[in-house]
Amino acid sequence: MDTIFALATAQGRAGVAVVRVSGPLAVPAVGILCGDVPQTRGVRALRDPAGELLDEALVLQFVDGKSFTGESVVELQLHGSPAVVNAVLRCLGDMPELRQAEAGEFTRRALENGRLNLAEVEGLADLIDAETESQRKQAVRVFSGALGVLADSWRTRLIRAAALLEATIDFADEEVPVDVSPEVNDLLGQVRAEMMREAEGVRVAERVRDGFEVAIIGAPNVGKSTLLNRLAGRDVAITSEVAGTTRDVIEVQMDLDGLPVTLLDTAGVRDTDDIVEGLGVARAKERAERADFRIHLVMDSSEIGSDLGVDDLVVQAKSDLYGSGGLAISGKTGDGIDALIERVSARLQEKVGQIGIAMRERHRVAMVRAIGYLDDAAVAVQLPDAMTDLVAEDLRSAIRAVDSIVGRVDVEHVLDEIFSSFCIGK
Amino acid sequence: MKHNDYDVIVIGGGHAGAEAAHAAARMGVRTALVTLTKASIGVMSCNPAIGGLGKGHLVREIDALDGVMGRVADKAGIQFRLLNRKKGPAVQGPRAQSDRQIYRKEMQAELDLLKNLTILEGEATDLMMSGGRVTGIQMREGTTISAQSVILTTGTFLRGVIHIGDISRPGGRMGDDPSVKMAERLDSFGLPLGRLKTGTPPRLDGRTIAWDKLEAQPSDPEPVLFSFLSKGPFAPQIDCGITHTNEATHDIIRQNLGRSAMYGGKIDGVGPRYCPSIEDKIVRFADKTSHQIFLEPEGVNDHTVYPNGISTSLPEDVQKAYVNSIYGLENTVILQPGYAIEYDYVDPRALRATLELRDVPGLFLAGQINGTTGYEEAAAQGMVAGLNAAAQAKGQEPIIFSRRESYIGVMVDDLITRGVSEPYRMFTSRAEFRLSLRADNADQRLTERGHAVGCVGENRWAHFSKKMQQLTKAKAVLADMTISSREIAGLGVKLNADGPRRSALDALALSDFTFEHLGRLQLDIDNISNDIQDQVKKDALYAHYIARQERDIAAMERDENHIIPDDTDYTQIKGLSNEIAAKLIATRPTTIAHAGRIEGMTPAALMLIIGATKKQQQATGT
Repeated sequence: MDTIFALATAQGRAGVAVVRVSGPLAVPAVGILCGDVPQTRGVRALRDPAGELLDEALVLQFVDGKSFTGESVVELQLHGSPAVVNAVLRCLGDMPELRQAEAGEFTRRALENGRLNLAEVEGLADLIDAETESQRKQAVRVFSGALGVLADSWRTRLIRAAALLEATIDFADEEVPVDVSPEVNDLLGQVRAEMMREAEGVRVAERVRDGFEVAIIGAPNVGKSTLLNRLAGRDVAITSEVAGTTRDVIEVQMDLDGLPVTLLDTAGVRDTDDIVEGLGVARAKERAERADFRIHLVMDSSEIGSDLGVDDLVVQAKSDLYGSGGLAISGKTGDGIDALIERVSARLQEKVGQIGIAMRERHRVAMVRAIGYLDDAAVAVQLPDAMTDLVAEDLRSAIRAVDSIVGRVDVEHVLDEIFSSFCIGK
Repeated sequence: MKHNDYDVIVIGGGHAGAEAAHAAARMGVRTALVTLTKASIGVMSCNPAIGGLGKGHLVREIDALDGVMGRVADKAGIQFRLLNRKKGPAVQGPRAQSDRQIYRKEMQAELDLLKNLTILEGEATDLMMSGGRVTGIQMREGTTISAQSVILTTGTFLRGVIHIGDISRPGGRMGDDPSVKMAERLDSFGLPLGRLKTGTPPRLDGRTIAWDKLEAQPSDPEPVLFSFLSKGPFAPQIDCGITHTNEATHDIIRQNLGRSAMYGGKIDGVGPRYCPSIEDKIVRFADKTSHQIFLEPEGVNDHTVYPNGISTSLPEDVQKAYVNSIYGLENTVILQPGYAIEYDYVDPRALRATLELRDVPGLFLAGQINGTTGYEEAAAQGMVAGLNAAAQAKGQEPIIFSRRESYIGVMVDDLITRGVSEPYRMFTSRAEFRLSLRADNADQRLTERGHAVGCVGENRWAHFSKKMQQLTKAKAVLADMTISSREIAGLGVKLNADGPRRSALDALALSDFTFEHLGRLQLDIDNISNDIQDQVKKDALYAHYIARQERDIAAMERDENHIIPDDTDYTQIKGLSNEIAAKLIATRPTTIAHAGRIEGMTPAALMLIIGATKKQQQATGT
């Protein structure tokens, strides 16, 4: 039996979001995120494969026969921000042994394992119908929108590639081309590149929905909090002249030329013996690394660390005291703040430019899987003694993976393409 | 209990009928085969060849269940070719040209050997009924013959109309009458009927073909046969010839299109897209200036030649003109003109997976009457119907074939779930588990099951058991030998030399690593015979991919094991939409897997069905 997962609570912002994982691999899968899975319940830090913190979650384990589905189930009660939920779903979706549950699948398993009576089933059927209907509507939206045009062209090219391969297999004794690999390669390469672009775009699209994050980092007392206050136009972080005041991460949400942005003020980065402050520093670093980009507030260029990201901005602090050149600001006088806001906004607009039209994490997971299979197919088709059946199998798997975007490709569609392209029938 | 004349009656002695009768008799029930003339049993009315891609797989599966087609095709084979020899074993399909006379003779001899089988000459004109169940047949002369069930394999005889150009007349095959009365009986059942067409090319006199001018296509140097029991060809091997149509041919056909039965608007039936007439090819692929023709001799001692690729419904004079415009056929004489035939078929969605009609208990249908084309498709259905009619007579469980274990299962499921829109032919691309459903492992997939249900004889069982013993032993030996990646890479096999050690069996999963390499590494493989080496390599090659499919297979298996009782009343299931209930009532799915493949099915509807069947089971205590 497969191990499946899905958001079990409603989509969108909520106080608490529940992600349910059900199946024989539920415990080991969640174990990858949180280390040891509690026997019954417990709070655990969830981390992605790179070790970055996703959320502090309440983790509940239900053993076989005692869960909603009757299988081994782990539930993750997350902070209900869409960004957190998506990050967790992404990590689960990236595990090859797991897949997202289809509409009604948890309920179906519950039914099959004798966990529901018929009355309950009938009650739930309405819910599943609604869920199916909303997925159907979403699929219709996909097909009527910009993604539809793209999905349609992927579909056409994947069917064409499959038809070329299948024609050489099923009609080997007919007048069909013997070596179709150049055209197949070309088609798969194009689709793969476009999917890659879209899969990347999904992250940015999520940011547009859920907000970008920009971190302000720099040595203690360089004026980060003062800058934040200036940017936000209100007094949020406690600013004092004593180094190390901001012990944790302060967040300020603002709207920058229509884009939602969360500014993060981080604890000053310095070595410290103070345990509490040390924790603050570690946490600040982590958050700052995960932000979309960072504003490095420095006294002089020697302070710029090796961790400067490609999108990061370097800003000269306290221009009122030290004079200025390039991007320089004074939190105290407000000089240079407008210029900085302009730069931040421009940088965010650049990122928005990378947005694709695939909007959903579900789409991204599907595309990433398909890309994996297309890579396998591309390798196999180039081998001199290519086993066409294996290439065709990879392509079938790829098409199955993107079913949810391009729609189901039936063998009849492939046969239609073959019969309209080649004169079959010796 | 009333004593019947027979347990199973099979009407028709074509490929479906012969296989059905053989299967029922193998199961040990008293079987009668009713045919117009005994001499017509095993006639190949279209091209003289068996097998091919997908089709060759079906023949292997029939053989794995101890059916007759593979053995007869081996006896009659005069040119064996393994299609896709250079591609992976999963898509290799055995094919053979057959000597028509030998095929017929051997098929009749095989049926004569079965002591449970009686062959009755005559025409079955009607079915006998009792309480809605078919209980036997009535013959033209008025006699009746009773049986527990009847298998109808009437091919294109149902309201068949033959078209040669502007001349049309009722007929089944050339020279036979159509069965109008039987068609009327089927009408009375209110079955959904449709109309299809198919065609054949003119038959040529081989003595008037300039063979020495033409390219020859020889048999494979190492012939691959159909039956797991055959060792080598029986009949002498011959070459086929290859020639091509040209612009002159195309001009003649274009000028006479209006006289073609098809293009003259005389035919309503839908023809197969993969077997178009020459008229079709020239109209649909107008920019193609030439089409290939295979000249296939119909036998060793027969000068009839089947020109594969130019089936037609043009008038005889046009056929002669275009044939003589073709290189090498300038002086060729036509022995029998090509023709198109239109016929009725029963929408196969009216069938159960056993091929029994859902609403007419006791009546099974197999072959072209179900909307399929091809000898192999017909034979495979004949076998399914024969086995199940016999199982029913013996009070055994139905014998159902699944999509995950056989092409037979793929075909039956496609037919009963999706119906047909053109004559249905098997392709390997129809099988989602193609990598596991190979021609080479048909015995591993099916023979044991066949033995369990009672259709596999002792000879085959002994042969299979011995092979499996050797295979298991060889795999165990190979799993115990380990080789380093460096050793493998050292032999020139593409592999990361720093990879882990692996067993010899795992190493064989690498496509370019062979038993010959094992020998070069001084590993002891002398006790493994060539045949077994070959099989081990083929099994290993796909191990990785098959493991990847296992979850899909398991999911399908789970849904197949979930049986929906016949008497499920969909109108009584709360929450089912009217539209879905109507589809379920029309299709009457037998399992949840089957229901899930019905177009428009929703997860909620499946749940409600599962819920309802669970409730029903609890009520009946099963």
